[in-house]
Amino acid sequence: MPNPSTDLDASDWKSQVYHTLKTLDIKHVAYVPDAGHSTAIKKFEADGNVTSVVLTTEEEGIPYLAGAWLGGDRGVLLMQSSGVGNCINMLSLQSNARFPLLMLITMRGEWAEFNQWQNPMGQAAEAALNLMGVLTWRAETPDQIDDLIQGAATMAFDGDQACAVLLSQKLIGKKTWSK
Amino acid sequence: MSDNLLNRRDVVSELLIDRADTLVVTGLGSPSYDVMAAGDHDLNYYLWGAMGGAAMVGLGLAKSRPDNNVLVITGDGEMLMAMGALATIAVQAPGNLTIAILDNGHYGETGMQLSHTGRGIELDRVAASVGFDWTARISDMAAVTDLRQRIHARNALNCAAIEISAAEVEKVLPSRDGVYIKNRVKMALGQTL
Repeated sequence: MPNPSTDLDASDWKSQVYHTLKTLDIKHVAYVPDAGHSTAIKKFEADGNVTSVVLTTEEEGIPYLAGAWLGGDRGVLLMQSSGVGNCINMLSLQSNARFPLLMLITMRGEWAEFNQWQNPMGQAAEAALNLMGVLTWRAETPDQIDDLIQGAATMAFDGDQACAVLLSQKLIGKKTWSK
Repeated sequence: MSDNLLNRRDVVSELLIDRADTLVVTGLGSPSYDVMAAGDHDLNYYLWGAMGGAAMVGLGLAKSRPDNNVLVITGDGEMLMAMGALATIAVQAPGNLTIAILDNGHYGETGMQLSHTGRGIELDRVAASVGFDWTARISDMAAVTDLRQRIHARNALNCAAIEISAAEVEKVLPSRDGVYIKNRVKMALGQTL
């Protein structure tokens, strides 16, 4: 039986993120850059039907997407796990007003992390999100991407929940450093 | 700051004259009370927390509703927490967004401690340096009227720091029910919930 994780290769899953979000009628993408999101960011920045907003810190994305939703539009927040801590108090906006919130978080500080400075926030990210009432799912293999984002988006936009899909370091691959 | 400081309620009332379909976002604390005191409105989005979030809610509204004027009314302390957001907003540069900072140089909700603006930081100059189309430091009512006209002109990204008195005024409290306020704005904009 074929391994389902080979249905998409390592480069395809990054494009899949963009294509899945496009099927969800996402009009706004707020992000702090991460290598794992680089393909989606590039495609969204080139997409004239989507407003791409580069943030100075991840917490800006939560009120931005709240404002966009007030105006009638759906959006998504892309960040790395180190940015989760920056969002904690701002999540009280989502919690009080029940704004839909869809976040895609590339993980650092787990399997094969060479920079231990990433570990404290990376290891705490999912629990911290859960403490603030954010629902979380982990994608470990490329074939899970579409399904997990679709399901999270349903709960966010149809049920006014805060939802995060964590893209694991195993999925993204070991970060290589060239001199 | 000049000697004859403006009254915050007078400033906000002047900004909201003939507001029509202007969307208003308020920063937590006194700016929310000021906007409520000027008259509750379906197109007001009041924040009671999420400090540092007001300007970015305004940006999200401005980008999703390009045909509406969007006015953020917030305090110096709330805006200081989001100086990076001024850079984010300047990169987007929506021509329908105005940020009006009610600047009394103090943290009014917590015991009137001196803020950074009370120690000399000028937020309008921060906005100018990151590339806002128009910025001003306002200390008289004629300039407030001019700012109101700029909001309705909808042709520039504006930021004004308005020097107001730190004198306490009566608290006029808007609803703290975030879901209600959210749904009220969406319904007023013709959206189905």
